[in-house]
Amino acid sequence: MKFEHGFVEVDGCRTSLRRGGSGEPLLFLHGASDAPVILPFMEMLAQRFEVLVPEHPGYGLSQEPKWLVNIHDVAYFYLDFLEKLNLENAVIVGSSMGGWIAMEMAVRNTSRIKSLTLASPAGISAPGIEPADIFLMPPEELVRNLFHDQRLAEQRLAEPMTLEALDIVLKNRHTTARLAWEPRLHDPFLPEWLHRIDVPVKIVWGREDRILPVGFVEHYKKLIPHAEVVILPDCGHLPHAEKPEQFVEIVCR
Amino acid sequence: MPYADLDLEAGRKNGTVWVKLPNRHFDPEKGHQLYNRYLDELEYGETLGFDVLAVNEHHQTAYGLMPSPIVTASALARRTSKCRIAILGSALPLRSHPMTVAEEHAMIDVISGGRLISGFVRGIGAEYHTFGVNPTFSHERFHEAHDLIVRAWTEPGPFAFHGRHYKVQYANLWPRPYQKPHPPIWIPSQGSKETIDWAAHPDHRYTYLQTFSPAKVVQRYLNMYRDTCAGYGYEAKDSQLGWAVPVYVSSSDEKAREEAKSHFEAFRNIFVKMPLEMLLPPGYTSRESLKSVMKAKAQMFGDVSIDQALELGLFVCGSPATVRKSFEAYRKEMRFGNLLVMCQFATLPADLTRRNMELFAREVMPALKAL
Repeated sequence: MKFEHGFVEVDGCRTSLRRGGSGEPLLFLHGASDAPVILPFMEMLAQRFEVLVPEHPGYGLSQEPKWLVNIHDVAYFYLDFLEKLNLENAVIVGSSMGGWIAMEMAVRNTSRIKSLTLASPAGISAPGIEPADIFLMPPEELVRNLFHDQRLAEQRLAEPMTLEALDIVLKNRHTTARLAWEPRLHDPFLPEWLHRIDVPVKIVWGREDRILPVGFVEHYKKLIPHAEVVILPDCGHLPHAEKPEQFVEIVCR
Repeated sequence: MPYADLDLEAGRKNGTVWVKLPNRHFDPEKGHQLYNRYLDELEYGETLGFDVLAVNEHHQTAYGLMPSPIVTASALARRTSKCRIAILGSALPLRSHPMTVAEEHAMIDVISGGRLISGFVRGIGAEYHTFGVNPTFSHERFHEAHDLIVRAWTEPGPFAFHGRHYKVQYANLWPRPYQKPHPPIWIPSQGSKETIDWAAHPDHRYTYLQTFSPAKVVQRYLNMYRDTCAGYGYEAKDSQLGWAVPVYVSSSDEKAREEAKSHFEAFRNIFVKMPLEMLLPPGYTSRESLKSVMKAKAQMFGDVSIDQALELGLFVCGSPATVRKSFEAYRKEMRFGNLLVMCQFATLPADLTRRNMELFAREVMPALKAL
């Protein structure tokens, strides 16, 4: 499946966007450390959906708009993005920070959203459960902690780090810090409003997630009682990358 | 003001004494002895004829036991009568309310009868990890806090201040500072173009203090400061430039080196050491500076021996004559008007610290003051 890369301007932000496939729109919202590349699960999803993979404002090849201060700005941006591209009945799939953004969008407005699939979403805090400190981890350790299957970590670590790639890594880290340094990877006001999400929600978590421990799932079950929860064994923080077939099956069912 | 009783092996094993070295390594009984020892040493500085006693701020670390330099400076304000007291500096972005800095500095200035030198810093990267303050807003918060403090010191109150990070409906400082228009402001920095541009700006003309860097780097940044002033259309006075450097003086070069070796190496290779991610969180520096640090990583983050440090001018150590000559030469090249000598570092014990201070004050300082 061929994905095309281009740019779209939303809220004054020139935004990098890869699109492929046809069918109902599916918007993938990446996490803090996702590489801006087309991954196998996207190809699989593109058999059935028109898959849109933007890079968030402040990430990858997208601009860093002045208005980008907190996660709410990103949520409003994507609500405008759905409007600007006139996407309706969009399936939103978000990983980690992307899952957080998806929830922030959905508590505000679901009129263009068909469903949410959240893969190890950030966004809430839970007593006794501490996310890993992604900002103190050396880069290599961070990559290793993303995956349960260390062969996948090795593959990612073996990718050559060009100067351009390094620029993007630093830019992504900067924006992640801006959005998620404090409060760390969550919005204390979000849980109060999660009841507003009135579309189907699926939550997928890797049982061996070393970034956001799987214990968060119990809290989401209470906060979004109608959510379908799937815990994948032998899987780390990126179920879509580590278990693509299972992940795609969950999104499609 | 290090925790000199640190179990060095624990510090080394932990990789750093910052942020996450468990505080069970701090013994309050020993802390009691140390605080009083260091305060005595600072007070002795006045007796020996030093012009300024300087204190600084660091948090949750064995490197320094002054999370609040305000406390130390307050004690000094009452126990000294001639020396200036320099707070180098208060870490503005780490405070939730800059008015507290304006108030505390003004109190010390009034209590001491106008002997305060105010310093402002952003806090080092590690402190953004410990405090949770977002490092990507560090510069913004620093500038805004500075603006509020200087206005609170100088403008008739009450006035309202509506910043992006700080909002005060009634800024109305009691007490107002003793010095007019306000205490001198010094800006300690490890060197950044942004800080230099800001400190050198004609509205500020703040004393720029390069801290703990190789002499060549110090010279480069002091020159950059002078050039920046020239670019703004005025000539920097020497008093606008300063260098802070660890110093050790003993009876001979060999003796000085031998006595200082383990303490200096503990300072450089245990007390100041921290990983890159801790030192430079995202947004603390520009991404360009971050990239150059990453390139120099091996050099910056590896161990440095006392001999390498002397070679680099990271440390000045030797007989009185050697130290005097070194500083005379550095003074000629760099034309700094202020020299801050760090006479105690890491594990350097009380007797050597006192003798170091005495030898520096009696046999080095007079010649430098005459320059």
